[in-house]
Amino acid sequence: MPILSLITFLPLAGALLFIFIPKEQKNLFRIFALLLALITFIISLTLFFQFDPGTADPQFEERAEWIGYGIQYHVGIDGISLLLVLLTTFLFPIAILSSWNYIQDKVKEYHIFILILQAGVLGVFVSLNMFLFYVFWEAMLIPMYFLIGIWGGKRRIYATMKFVLFTMFGGLLMLVAIFFLYSSYYQATGIYSLDIFELQKLILKPEIQMWLFLAFALAFAIKVPMFPFHTWLPDAHVQAPTAGSVILAAVLLKLGAYGFLRLALPLFPDAVARFVPILAVLCIIGIIYGALMALIQKDVKSLVAYSSVSHMGLIMLAVFSLNVEGLQGAIYQMLSHGLSTGALFLCVGVLYERAHTRLIKDYGGVSKQMPVFSAFFLLAVLSSVGLPGLNGFVGEVLCLFGIFKANAVWAILGITTIILAAGYLLWMFQRVMQGPITNDKIRSFPDLSLREIMVFVPIAILMFWMGIFPGTFLRKMDTSINHLIDQVKNRETYFSQASDTHNILGIRTDSRPSQESKTQKEEDSR
Amino acid sequence: MIPPTYYLVVSIILFVLGIIGFFIKKDLITQFLSVEVMLNAANLAFITFAHSAGSLDGQIIVFFVITVAAAEAAIGLAIILLVYRKHKSIKTEDIHLMKG
Amino acid sequence: MAELFWLIPFFPALSSLLLILFGRKLPRKYIAFQACLAVFFSLALSILSFLSLLGSGHEGHGLIKNLFAWIHSGSFKVDLSLQFDQLTAVMCLVVSGVGFLIHVYSSGYMAEDKSFARFFAYMNLFTFSMLLLVMASNLVLMFVGWEGVGLCSYLLIGFWFEKPSAADAGKKAFIVNRIGDAGFMLGIFFILLHIGSAEFAAVNHAVEAGGFAQGLATLIALLLFVGAIGKSAQIPLYVWLPDAMEGPTPVSALIHAATMVTAGVYMVARMNLLYSLSPVAMQVVAIVGALTAVYAASMALTQNDIKRVLAYSTISQLGYMFIGLGVGAYSAAVFHLYTHAFFKSLLFLGAGSVMHALSGELDLRKMGGLRKYLPLTFPTFLIATIAIAGVPFFSGFFSKDAILTSAFANGQYLIWALGLMGAVLTAFYMFRVVFLTFYGKERLEPEAKAHLHESPKTMTIPLVILAFFSIVAGYVGLPIVLGKNVNLFDRFLEPVIHAPHGAHLSLSSEWMLILASVAVALFGIFIAYVFYLKKPDIPHNLVARFPWLYKLLYNKYYMDEIYNATFVNSTIKGSELVYKHFDLKVIDGALNGSAKTMNTIGKLLSSLQTGLIKDYALVFLLGALILLGYFVF
Repeated sequence: MPILSLITFLPLAGALLFIFIPKEQKNLFRIFALLLALITFIISLTLFFQFDPGTADPQFEERAEWIGYGIQYHVGIDGISLLLVLLTTFLFPIAILSSWNYIQDKVKEYHIFILILQAGVLGVFVSLNMFLFYVFWEAMLIPMYFLIGIWGGKRRIYATMKFVLFTMFGGLLMLVAIFFLYSSYYQATGIYSLDIFELQKLILKPEIQMWLFLAFALAFAIKVPMFPFHTWLPDAHVQAPTAGSVILAAVLLKLGAYGFLRLALPLFPDAVARFVPILAVLCIIGIIYGALMALIQKDVKSLVAYSSVSHMGLIMLAVFSLNVEGLQGAIYQMLSHGLSTGALFLCVGVLYERAHTRLIKDYGGVSKQMPVFSAFFLLAVLSSVGLPGLNGFVGEVLCLFGIFKANAVWAILGITTIILAAGYLLWMFQRVMQGPITNDKIRSFPDLSLREIMVFVPIAILMFWMGIFPGTFLRKMDTSINHLIDQVKNRETYFSQASDTHNILGIRTDSRPSQESKTQKEEDSR
Repeated sequence: MIPPTYYLVVSIILFVLGIIGFFIKKDLITQFLSVEVMLNAANLAFITFAHSAGSLDGQIIVFFVITVAAAEAAIGLAIILLVYRKHKSIKTEDIHLMKG
Repeated sequence: MAELFWLIPFFPALSSLLLILFGRKLPRKYIAFQACLAVFFSLALSILSFLSLLGSGHEGHGLIKNLFAWIHSGSFKVDLSLQFDQLTAVMCLVVSGVGFLIHVYSSGYMAEDKSFARFFAYMNLFTFSMLLLVMASNLVLMFVGWEGVGLCSYLLIGFWFEKPSAADAGKKAFIVNRIGDAGFMLGIFFILLHIGSAEFAAVNHAVEAGGFAQGLATLIALLLFVGAIGKSAQIPLYVWLPDAMEGPTPVSALIHAATMVTAGVYMVARMNLLYSLSPVAMQVVAIVGALTAVYAASMALTQNDIKRVLAYSTISQLGYMFIGLGVGAYSAAVFHLYTHAFFKSLLFLGAGSVMHALSGELDLRKMGGLRKYLPLTFPTFLIATIAIAGVPFFSGFFSKDAILTSAFANGQYLIWALGLMGAVLTAFYMFRVVFLTFYGKERLEPEAKAHLHESPKTMTIPLVILAFFSIVAGYVGLPIVLGKNVNLFDRFLEPVIHAPHGAHLSLSSEWMLILASVAVALFGIFIAYVFYLKKPDIPHNLVARFPWLYKLLYNKYYMDEIYNATFVNSTIKGSELVYKHFDLKVIDGALNGSAKTMNTIGKLLSSLQTGLIKDYALVFLLGALILLGYFVF
């Protein structure tokens, strides 16, 4: 069964179907979209259970000729993308459920865009063809553009233009680099190919790698976003509707980091080695800078957005530590940041639906009025702070350990995040939830409805599960991560055929680790 | 027999007259007529060359041009009519909706 | 039964989970019963495991239960495994024993509170985390408990979160602790990276095999100690503990006196082999401990809030424990931890009982003469005070004396002197509290007086039990002058305290030291008696003579203000400046600027678009002419 195509295009098919439903049927759209997303999630669970953690090769592969000249429809997942696919399919039903009452205007279009967005995001994660990757990468912007631009806050047009132009700018440079790779591969082998794993066999000259890496890195760094490309994020988050923020923070930001893992690192290992010190500095600045900016934000959403800058900085730093612990930690932290920040935005959404303000000073003492909500909010805060027993800790500690292994100074600077995160989040929690009730409006807040509780419960359960049994997820990515590290660090060993074109030093005959080294690794891990 | 140069000179004179007419007149109808004059100047040149080269190609093209010119006249005049209805004027200075 | 020791922490965990999920719907009586029962199960199982450990003989090496692989990634391998050895046994007994009594006490103390279930859910969660902390067989799992107790402390300090000061104090505690935790985490990383495991057994093994160079050992020991400083409220991270008194009194007794704050001491004792490798780290521990002991005691002198006096006293006593650790007397430090748990929680519970009687009054100036109204609270409070002051035959005397003797024996005379000085201050401020509270004139508010009553049985029975232990707990660790093998406590801990013992003193000098301790204790009590009962105008005169000194002490050396001004405010102000002038203007400005530039260029170019057909035609003509010229020439 073509599971990957199914989960990618099921939402899209739903979106198409919606066009023919009259727009007065508001509840029909909600229920139908939720059902679709749930079905997608359930189907994606089979991926998780059938996934074979023993190999780094892509699984559930599907391949079909599309345009020709190497442009194929080629999808598949490995240990790196599997969990991100699951995160996406897990969060979309929640996002749809969370906007049940909030969206009353243009309900039809809203759900169409949400479903298209889901298809776009999943497409990026499953693509194994560079062209397909790029198509999904850019296509995803369109629904997001409308989600922010139509259902957003007061400055939504500014925010959405900034978001789209910024991201697209990075994407275009990446497109140029993709063309360059494409032609280099053709020059070297005489075959047209845009297959990601095929292109990874190219060994480009270091100076060429440098430029290509910069083009890719810029696209991904903007998406992450890394300092100093982060300013679109607070604007987009503040203006986006709750579900948009949740998806933006939980999934879309991960695409940048995923891009580094999937493309930038294995394609340009020499350039990576060269740029890691600079990128690490940017990450460290991002960690501290994001946290300090979060500390003084007056708008809850903006605060959470800056906290994302800080957290993503840590994730990227762990990626650049280029060791097993760091990379596993980075992916784990991506999942857990998706949950915790998603939950934080959901919490802000709950408050916003009641008070229609996002300013911290308008709140105070909400806990008293909404004890159940308070529990979930606190859980989200604690998970984001990285409290042991919850998801955040496992990712954070692995990230920090990986960073520490790579460079102790980075780790010492990076570890400030655990202090500062506690500072800005708890201070925010205190001002919003604790203290006396200052605003009379708060006295009329109802506590969470059953629907809202249903939004939070799955997240809460998963937070505990990820904190207590991280092995469930870590095991799935072991082999793929080891393979990735092999590609980045130990790749000189296998290249053959030096070509006389300008750009290329050679082609790897086999980019997978040989059988011996694989068994070696298994022995090591025992 | 009159040498082809004479025809060509007439053709050039007609063409230049068309250009001058186009630039110095202000209403669309006259400008349109000037364009027609230029087209006919071109037609004259085509026929001249066709005749001197002994080929029918040029004459065929002239038929095409005349047909297109007829169609153009029909559409062009219709457009001018609509422009007049909308703007109550066919002076080109008054019509600058495309100003950036 | 003893093989099931790993269940010890999970009773309170289960109870806490149930209370969080269903607590709002359960009757109060049942909630209290369930919470106490859960801790009682832990206590019972701890006692059983302890007995089996005792039965396994002197060389018994504790049990280890590996539950499952927790985080396995590359060389970062951490299992969820619990252990029960001698040190854990002591801690488990203290935590679940004192914890149980305080739970019972709370069921009376908190009876009127509307968030009854939430309170017990947090208390049970705390008990779970603390038990996890002491039972963890590796540093990372210990860190889990370490952060877990920090969380519970945050939740319980801010239990009455409607009060801004309580919410503030909770947050402050958590953040200050996090500073320590960051250091602790780095220490763990060094160990993990160096020996590839965070199991205590592996660390000890590596130390014995000479796996740690001295410099590395010092670095690790100091980093871990940063964590201990945060958790155990030592200089310079002590500022959160006095504020933590905003929480309900049983919380102060359980978390901020008996158990959580001693986690740092436990951790250093647990890592004793590593610390013994590094004289520098040991010296630092001892110095920080000694300075804190005196410094905190000096702040306790002038406070008028009964709980704050006790909080400073806790900081000071923790300083003693660190002196013990720093001079290599690990078991003496743990011994003091153990006796301190009884008498200090008794002091807090007694203070709570006084508060209960006075409808929540905390100010010493509004008490006095209460001894006849509180027939049970008064004697038990007095016993605890005598114990902490270091009067012979009470538990505090034995443990404090063991620490000071070791300090002296190891040649740390300055530290010993500071310890003695702290002892005078301790005796003085504690008896000041007793005299101001229970003796002298009644200075009660009329309203408080009207409701004056002794506390219910659920509160007084734990007081009596704790008073009993405050007296007898010390007899398991008698000083060496009474015989070679009378210190059962030391002998019991020997299998886990691997570090070699320091120098021994002659019997006569031991006696001298004991006499000195007794003398300073009695001296402190005497001064307190003179100041607050005999001639109550002396303190006023002193204040009048040295107003600056009084102000300095009363305002806690202005440390909170200094920290606020230097760290907190400068961070916030600086961030605001950066946000306004850099984030919005430079980064976003560059972005918007480039967008604007594009816009301007577009506008300029669009002015070419006049909309006049003639202009376009002219350009067209020119173009045609140029092309013509190009082809012709």
